[in-house]
Order: sequence, then structure tokens, then C-alpha cells
Amino acid sequence: MDVTDLRTVFHTQDGTVHAVNGISFYLEEGELLSVVGESGSGKSVTMMSLLKLLPMPPAEIVSGMVDFDGRDLLELEPEELRQVRGGDIGFIFQDPMTSLNPVFKVGFQIMEPLKEHLGLSEKQARKRAVELLELVGIPGAADRLNDYPHQFSGGMRQRVMIAIALACDPKILIADEPTTALDVTIQAQIIELVKKLRQKLGMAIVWITHDLGVAAGISDRIMVMYAGFVVEHAKVKDLYKRPLHPYTRALLATLPTDAEEGEDRLKSISGLPPALHEYPNSCPFAPRCEFAFDRCQKENPPLMEMGDGHQVACWWDVEKGAPR
Amino acid sequence: MLNYTLRRLLFAIPTLLVISFIIFVILDLAPGDPTGQLPLTIPAEVRAQIRESLGVGEPIHIAYFKWLRGFFVYEPLYWLDQMGLTIGDPADRARIISYATRGPVFDLILERIPQTLWVVGLSYVFGILIALPIGVISAYKQYSWFDQLGTFISMVGFSVPTFFTGLLMIVIFSVQLGWFPSVYDTTLEVNSWESFIKQVKQMVMPVAVLALYNASQISRFMRASMLDNLTQDYVRTARAKGMSEKVVVLTHVLRNSLIPVVTVIALGVPTIFSGAIITEQIFRVNGLGQLLIIGIQGSDFPLVQTLTFIFAILIVLFNLIADVIYGILDPRIRYD
Repeated sequence: MDVTDLRTVFHTQDGTVHAVNGISFYLEEGELLSVVGESGSGKSVTMMSLLKLLPMPPAEIVSGMVDFDGRDLLELEPEELRQVRGGDIGFIFQDPMTSLNPVFKVGFQIMEPLKEHLGLSEKQARKRAVELLELVGIPGAADRLNDYPHQFSGGMRQRVMIAIALACDPKILIADEPTTALDVTIQAQIIELVKKLRQKLGMAIVWITHDLGVAAGISDRIMVMYAGFVVEHAKVKDLYKRPLHPYTRALLATLPTDAEEGEDRLKSISGLPPALHEYPNSCPFAPRCEFAFDRCQKENPPLMEMGDGHQVACWWDVEKGAPR
Repeated sequence: MLNYTLRRLLFAIPTLLVISFIIFVILDLAPGDPTGQLPLTIPAEVRAQIRESLGVGEPIHIAYFKWLRGFFVYEPLYWLDQMGLTIGDPADRARIISYATRGPVFDLILERIPQTLWVVGLSYVFGILIALPIGVISAYKQYSWFDQLGTFISMVGFSVPTFFTGLLMIVIFSVQLGWFPSVYDTTLEVNSWESFIKQVKQMVMPVAVLALYNASQISRFMRASMLDNLTQDYVRTARAKGMSEKVVVLTHVLRNSLIPVVTVIALGVPTIFSGAIITEQIFRVNGLGQLLIIGIQGSDFPLVQTLTFIFAILIVLFNLIADVIYGILDPRIRYD
């Protein structure tokens, strides 16, 4: 999948908000790309734009191309797009408590895409649904098909969501902060499960998270987003060994460490990411950046190649301690 | 669920007894004399005799007890008797007698039920059938011209009283155009195509007036409930699964949105039986609502007491039914 110059805006009563500002990225078969950033950095909006899952209006995809198997997903007819959703690309959402329909049995909800996309009969779909629940590690799968979502715990519901997303053997799985709403122990289980499923099924995964620690453990590549821009993009090792953007460095510094005691154990980045009402002419991170200088106020840095696929959008060279 | 229902039914008994007593006391306190509408030429002592023969002026606890016995013992026994199952001696049972007609109150009520059910009941059914699709479309296409128009019409339907819309319709369709009769003829027997057409014609206006009113209310509920659900996360999940908009809206969203609306509809059913008092009056439909008004005007306390109490039973009953339906529709709710 190749995404080029994706731009999404929201038309609100207070004016237009630029949520995604010309993002380009690619995803190769079977690889895991993590998208990292604070809340409001445009991670989820980017991914939902790919399948037009945002409410439109207020959202509008202004430009962009999403090349998937030689087709531009943004240009597809609604019927064709429907076949891609749930068929070729599966989605898992943040909050498993509200993402399942409370009045339908879990079995019905898993079988829906199977019947819709694969044309399975009731009986075949049921059989496949049992397999799927076993695959995601839900004990007593055959009986649990007849349970309602409220009879499952949060972690189990997220497993059901994963089963639904994987129902039709998608080529890509997009996971939108799938562990944020869960307990830490359950988070670890879900991450393990996804790792295992990836080995077994070999689909590509886009993993949206705000936790660089989680991203380190599972990703092949990491894309750091800020205010609707990609600010750094690198292979996972490069990013942790050699973080080039001040924002990435700040994010890494916020990871809790067990080494030191005292007040500095939890670091934070002060301020909030901006909601952009106008397309920025300056670096959107500049107000919060310790290295900001004149140029950052005048020009928004483009994504620059630093060698071996490591890209960064910053006018300051943190390694040399001087402007680029 | 069965356990819960039985428990609720048992609780209903003391509730209803208290309600019946309160109604009785209020009616007893009300001024008014059942002989008040008799000619003034009747001398005072005859008047007193009439009152005595009707049983007016008995101490309240005795009168209440007699009414209770009539309602809960003699009336059921009478109807069992009518079905051919005689228990005890029918001769010494006093049924509840109307002051005004000197006939049993229940016979009066039974005479009136068909008209009310046909006119008011049908208007409720039509109201629901119109309201649900309008509510769904209005919510799905929020702020579209359809939604704006629907909002306008339901605001009008809800805020303009039925006696005004009723009279307006009479002026337009009976007086000016002469399409429909302005008076509902209860004696009409439907036994041929012509009489059926006639029946339909005389029902059109009262049903339309009441259906507009009911539809206005229910469509607003439906719209609000749909809007609540359309923005839920599970709707996004359904779309992400690749379900068609039809399935997303008419299966996933509608099923959830109907839960509160069905409750509102169930709670509204007793109002059918109490009749649309004003509308019945305007179109001269002699249904239960009109019977109640006549009873009140003539200080016919046994009639008013019995009718009001029947409404109370229906309200308690349909509250229970609404709760049970809620439990069936929403799997998260379990009563046991």
C-alpha cells in the first residue's frame, strides 16, 4: 500500500481544522509499521481516511492517493470500497467496550463479514467463527458465540474485535490504539496475541499507539506524527539508536525508567499539540521545542532523507547541535 | 423474567387498591348531585328518595366497600355467568349501576369500546407506522430538507391542539369540500362495500387528526434515539466490517434505537383506551372519552370511578409490559 500526500480537514463551527497535512507513507507486505504520537496528532484520522471511515461531513479528504493493489482507494465506488473494508483491510479500534454492538450476539457480529465478503452460508460462517475465536484465544469458543458483548471482559472483547478484523484473511490489519483502554497485563496479552497472529497469518499491520515502548517491541518501522505531519520516520533500530527529531527525543524521554529514583522519574512534554486552523508556515512543534530558532518560525521543515530510509522534518541537527 | 413479572403483578395489587381509594375519596369530595340535572319541578322529598334509592349519601367506607365488591367480585362472577359458568346465586349480586342510566356501568363501557378502539387505536397504529420511517430518515439525513420539513410538521402537529386541527379539517373537508361527514355515525353497520366505504369516510378525519398528533411525538423520539446511536463506536465497527449502509442503519442502529422508542409506544397504549376525549367530542365519536365526560357532567360517580380505575389498571399493566419488552429487547438487562 502506498499513500501519497493525504490531506484531511474537519469543517467545524470554529472553522477548518487541518488534521492530516500531506502525509505519504508505504506499507510492505507482512511488515509492521507503528504510528506514534500524542492524542490529537492525527494518527487515527490518517488511518481512518484511508477507508473513508470518518464521518463526512464534518471530515473531508482534500487530496491524496491511496494505492492498494493498483487501485486508488479514495476513488473507489462505495460498493467497491465496502469490499475492501473488512475484506482486504481489517480494523481494530481503541475501545472494545463500545466497539461491539451491545444487542447482537458475538457470533452474529463475527459472521456478518464472513457472509458479506466470502459468501459463506450460515453453517460455514459459524464454523469459521468458532475457528476465529479459537485463533484469538477465547476458551469455549463454540458456546461463546451465543453470548452478548457485555458477557465478555474488556480483553476478551478486544480479542473478539481482532477475530472480526481477521475474519476474511485481510492483507492489512489496522490497529488503532488497541491496548489503550485495557489493563497493563491484558495489554501485554493482546500484544503477544498480535505478534503470534502475525507470524501465523503473515498480514501487514499498522499499529497506532502513543507508547514508544510498545512500538519498540513489535515494529519493523516507526512513523512519528505531530500535528498531522510525519516528523520522523525510520527503521525501529535506527529510531531508538539515533532519534533525530526533538519531538521523538522528548517522547523517548517520557518513557518511565526504573533506574533513577526521585522527581525526575516521569518526564513530560509541556503544552499540547496544536489544532491547526490554518495550514502552518512554521514548524508546528516550534512552540514546544527546546531547540527552536528563527528558521523554525518562518518555514515548516519538509521530511528530509538522512540516509538508509531514515527521514526527519527538522531544521536543527541534534547530533551536531547546529542548524542544518 | 417470569419471576420478575409475577413479583411485579403482586406489587400491582396494593398499588391499585390505593389508587382506587384515592379516586373514590376525590370523587366523594367533589361537589355535584346526581339529581342536579333533573327538572326543578321535582319536590325536595322526592329528590331525597331518588338519592336514597341510588345509594347516594352512604358513609364513604361503606360505599367504597360496596364498589370494591362490585368491581372485584360481582362483575367477574357476572361475566363468568354469561359464559355459562355459574358460581353461587346470580340473583343477589348487585352490579355497579350508573346513576344516570340506571344500567350496569360495564355494559355502558363495553358499548363504547369498539368506537374508541377503531378510531383512537387505528390512529395510534398509523401514527407509529408514519413516525418510525420519518424518524429514521430524519436522523440519517440530519439537517436535510426532509429533516427540516419533518421537524416543522411535527412541531406543528405537536403544538397545535387537536380541537383546532379537528375543527380546521371539518371546515375544509366537510363544510367546504363535502368529502367527509363531520359527525361519526355509530349506528352504521358495516355489511356491504358501500357501508364499508362510508365507515372509512367517517373515520378519516378523526384518525388523521390523532395520527398526526401521535406521529409528531413518536417521530421525535425515534429521531433523537437514532441520532444518539448513529455516532456510537459500534456503527464505525459495522462500517469497517464492510457492511452496506442499509445493514448499518436498518440492522445495527435501528435495533438499538428502537429500545427506548418501543417503551414509549407501550406506555402510550393506555391513552388509547382513555380515548381522545377532545377529539371524540369534536367528531361526535361516542367512545370512552365521551362517556367519561358525560359521566363527569352528570355527577355519575359509579361510572366515573369505574372508568378511571380501569384506566389506572391499564397504566399499571402497560408499565409492566414496557419493562418486560425492555428486558427482551436489551440483552444487557436481566431482571432475575
